[in-house]
Amino acid sequence: MIEVNDHLVEVRNLSVDFHTRDGTVPAVQDVSWYVNRGETLAILGESGSGKSVSSSALMGLIDMPPGRITSGEVLYRGENLLNATPERQREINGSKIAMVFQDTLAAFNPVYQIGWQVAETLRSHGVPKKVADVKALELLERVGIPNASGRFFDYPHQFSGGQRQRIMIAMAIALNPDLLIADEPTTALDVTVQAKILRLLKELQRERGMGLLLITHDLGIVAGIADRVAIMQGGKIVETGTVRQVFETPQHPYTHRLFDAVPGRRVVSETARTLVEQPLLIVQDLSKEYLSPARLFSRGATAAPVLALNKVSFKLERGETLGIVGESGSGKSTLARTLIGLETATGGGASYRGHDLLNRTPAGLNQVRRQIQMVFQDPTASLNPRMSVREIISEPWAIHDDVVPRNKWDTRVRDLLEQVGLQRDHADRYPHQFSGGQRQRIAIARALALQPEIIIFDEAVSSLDVSVQAQVIELLKSLKDDYNLSYLFIAHDLPVVRSFADRVLVMHRGAIVEQGTSREIFNNPKHDYTRELLQSDPALNVHAAI
Amino acid sequence: MNTYIVNRMVYSAISMVGLIILVFFLARLTGNPAELYLPVDATPELRAAFSQVNGLDQPVLVQFWRFLVTLLHLDFGNSLRLERPALQLVLTAFPTTLILAFSAMALALVVAIVAGALAACAPNGILDRLVNVVSLSSASLPNFWLALVSILVFAVWLKWVPTSGTGTLAHWILPIMVLFARPCGLLAQVVRGSMIDALSSAYVKTARSKGVRSRSIIFVHALRNAMLPVITVAGDQMSGMINGAVVVEVIFGFPGIGKLMMDSIQYRDFAVIQCGVIITAAAIFLMNVLIDFAYVALNPRIRFK
Amino acid sequence: MENVTSTTVPVRKTERTSLRQSLDLLWRDKFAVAAVLFLIIVVLAALLGPYLFGQQSNRINLLTRNAAPSFAHGWAFVLGADALGRPILLRLFVGAQNTIILAVSAVILSMIVGTALGFVAGYRNDWLGNVILRVADVLMSFPSLLLALIVLYVLTPGIANVILVLAITRVPIYLRTARAEVLEVRERTFVTAADIMGASTWRLVWRHIRPAVMPTLVTIATLEIAFVMLAESSLSFLGLGIQAPQFTWGAMVAQGQSYLGTAWWVAFWPGVAITLTAMSLNLLANWVRLVSDPVQRWRLEAKEPSHD
Repeated sequence: MIEVNDHLVEVRNLSVDFHTRDGTVPAVQDVSWYVNRGETLAILGESGSGKSVSSSALMGLIDMPPGRITSGEVLYRGENLLNATPERQREINGSKIAMVFQDTLAAFNPVYQIGWQVAETLRSHGVPKKVADVKALELLERVGIPNASGRFFDYPHQFSGGQRQRIMIAMAIALNPDLLIADEPTTALDVTVQAKILRLLKELQRERGMGLLLITHDLGIVAGIADRVAIMQGGKIVETGTVRQVFETPQHPYTHRLFDAVPGRRVVSETARTLVEQPLLIVQDLSKEYLSPARLFSRGATAAPVLALNKVSFKLERGETLGIVGESGSGKSTLARTLIGLETATGGGASYRGHDLLNRTPAGLNQVRRQIQMVFQDPTASLNPRMSVREIISEPWAIHDDVVPRNKWDTRVRDLLEQVGLQRDHADRYPHQFSGGQRQRIAIARALALQPEIIIFDEAVSSLDVSVQAQVIELLKSLKDDYNLSYLFIAHDLPVVRSFADRVLVMHRGAIVEQGTSREIFNNPKHDYTRELLQSDPALNVHAAI
Repeated sequence: MNTYIVNRMVYSAISMVGLIILVFFLARLTGNPAELYLPVDATPELRAAFSQVNGLDQPVLVQFWRFLVTLLHLDFGNSLRLERPALQLVLTAFPTTLILAFSAMALALVVAIVAGALAACAPNGILDRLVNVVSLSSASLPNFWLALVSILVFAVWLKWVPTSGTGTLAHWILPIMVLFARPCGLLAQVVRGSMIDALSSAYVKTARSKGVRSRSIIFVHALRNAMLPVITVAGDQMSGMINGAVVVEVIFGFPGIGKLMMDSIQYRDFAVIQCGVIITAAAIFLMNVLIDFAYVALNPRIRFK
Repeated sequence: MENVTSTTVPVRKTERTSLRQSLDLLWRDKFAVAAVLFLIIVVLAALLGPYLFGQQSNRINLLTRNAAPSFAHGWAFVLGADALGRPILLRLFVGAQNTIILAVSAVILSMIVGTALGFVAGYRNDWLGNVILRVADVLMSFPSLLLALIVLYVLTPGIANVILVLAITRVPIYLRTARAEVLEVRERTFVTAADIMGASTWRLVWRHIRPAVMPTLVTIATLEIAFVMLAESSLSFLGLGIQAPQFTWGAMVAQGQSYLGTAWWVAFWPGVAITLTAMSLNLLANWVRLVSDPVQRWRLEAKEPSHD
């Protein structure tokens, strides 16, 4: 009615510096965007692109120092919030503009009940306590918390990640804000849960006519729910427009790269294979039960055992890439840990070239350890930060001292670095001097050092930005041919394995629900769960949109 | 009953037994405990008689069993010096030490929480630097020296309070202040550190995004979380309070457990020393259990595992 | 393959040499600078004091009995003299040696024993680890001074026994910390990675776990020197420390106690020396903790030199 031509929220030419140990670095430079009522803007960027900075400025959440706003305006209904008093900013936060965070376990106060925390938003803006409690309960019911009145007095850690995200949304919409900011709201969640949360957000937006600002790294989510998109790289907006415009005619080279990197865009991998040899790895009815640890003086009978692996059977052929897909708790990582000897199986068997993998003699163990290597999810954690790259890659040779003679270590380390796409002189550096993708290359070089036959990748590309993910997968493909390797490739989403795996196993609650060639799984899924997984995947939106 | 609490109580009980074993074998370390229990000028005949009566010629395990049985009857033997049951002496002295320690600890907690929380609100600000320097220096003061200097200044020069002894309320002021200084400094440092952590946490950011008032952010959101490490440290400090009490009671002539122990050491009154050690340990274990309860009450993550 | 490296983030420039960087950072915290300077003086006194002033500090002089602080009797008497007319300043220099040796040896001893036990308890998280932990609990929850009193009563107070007692009472600190850190570090992925490569237990502990745990323990040891020094001076004050003619600062305070009303300086100055040394160690440890914590570190770096 008023301010017809004005946007609900507008950021104009915002620049923010941050003070870091490498000196002052610009976090965002000259960033401008706006959101209108009822509209959804997505800010898309990879880690370190500065995508969250402008929304933090909008809510006065930038800590100064180390942050410093050097120029620009942040307007809410024409009012520049950068000049607002702390009290004015507080009035706006939570009632006019509200925010949903990514890591909900950290974002809730661990020592207060969730009902209290939801009602606090209302109480902070003048709603009497009794009214606020009633309203909070309604909100919890609205966002779909089962038995909301019974769980009103529970603490954050007693809820699942998806439920916590729903509660966080309830807390944010309590006062019908004009703008809801969702900062990577679904990143830590399984794809099926993620789809439900996004649906809820969309629904609430329609119901209440809020503007929605979605901050994400996922093109699929953008395609699924945004009206307009701003793409950020290195603290700048490189491209902006309606989702349709940007997806149909991307202008900036970075946008092109992002689209190319979306997993699963290429044809389904298909390798016709004539089986001449024995399978490398045979897993038969492998089972793993966890008994809940018997505590001193625990009440009643011991809880029922948890089946982490339920009669899992498969074969890995020589030269094959076998994808294992499942959500958290599906048992896919337990499978890898059992095969490599970090967990003990409670039933079934597994053998590598006829050697029993589960009951190994020390000598046999040594042999197997050479032939089966593993690359982990988080390369920052899997490389010892106090060892140089040379020490990291040559460590396998120090353990198995008959593989490479000590005087050849240096040359071999440099060769390996080159083979994984790094430079020969990187050998003297330390892990923290590399980016995430580069660190994962170092981890791959270490896995190659013993010239194994099988490499197990446990979510090895999951923590990488999409563009980097695509490069690492390309590297894995070429290494596989060069070294005649076989891969067990564990992932939580299907698209990643689509163009990479020859065959795919889908795991759910410890059991394999479906296995087949990639073509079978992707084009003609048989099991309901596989279908749900495929449909929930936001990357599908991209394929649909392009 | 909460498993955490039960486990902690079982551990405390095991530790208590461990301490009793330790005391027993320390006493046997000199070879013949008769040396410890009897006065220095005791005749060889007396020593032999003592050994026989107390079964010191028996195997060590038998001796240990006897020791345990007498403990269970709360029989710690008699004081050589005062010729009264050791337990009676210790229990008479104990309340003085308890009052000293509790008043000093309560005062230290209150001052540390207020000062530490205020300092953490503006890290590197003037108040923060002041709190930091003052708390570091008070944690670095040797309490026996602080006691002497405060007697010199407040009792000898200014004559505001008596130098030593008990009786009036004024007698308690200096001992409590001396005992208070060190734990207060240490606790203020812990409060400040954990408050800074809490204030930079994600849940504080959430609270700010909800429009929660800053007073409520500091005292409701941050402080409750920051209290958890503070409680743990305060628990460890309790045994430090007894250390301080020994020194303070000796200097101010306070008839507490510390003074009793020092006197007993001077007169080689081993029964009293042994009794004092075990009773003090029991009190501290009890204290630790209380602290565990407080910790669980403040931390729902342990309460609902 | 070739364009792969060009698209990833460039490798960061080599950092400034770490020593240079540390000195730069130190300079920005003036309290830490003062602490370091004071500690250097104390260490020099501890090393050279007895050789330079050993004789002079023990010379009994009835003319200067309980002389008040002044320049009247020469520079050695600026802080006054004790009941036997010995210069307090020189006695502080000489006493520094015993004070520091006792504190540092006790800290080193307890650190070695505590760390070793902590590693065992943390790495073997089984019954043995539990037994070790319970023993630590016994020591920890019991007033260290009382424990020291009994032990020194049963044994005799000599330099070795004092060090032993102080060390035993402080072992649990390292034990608990080392155990907690080892428990955490051994679950990190890089240790798992080395484990499945076939690394021996010794290699896992020495090459991977130890380097990650040591910085914390060294910081604690710095703080502990202050704590042990205070504990030792309490023992000396109560007459259970090392015995005359050897003396520490704590014993000097005890000597001055009887002259408190007439010659306050005899007890006063040694206490100042103890306080300043303990405080310098605390400041230094605080500073180290600040520098090694990336979250807090910018507070130092952000400060412009002109700011102070």
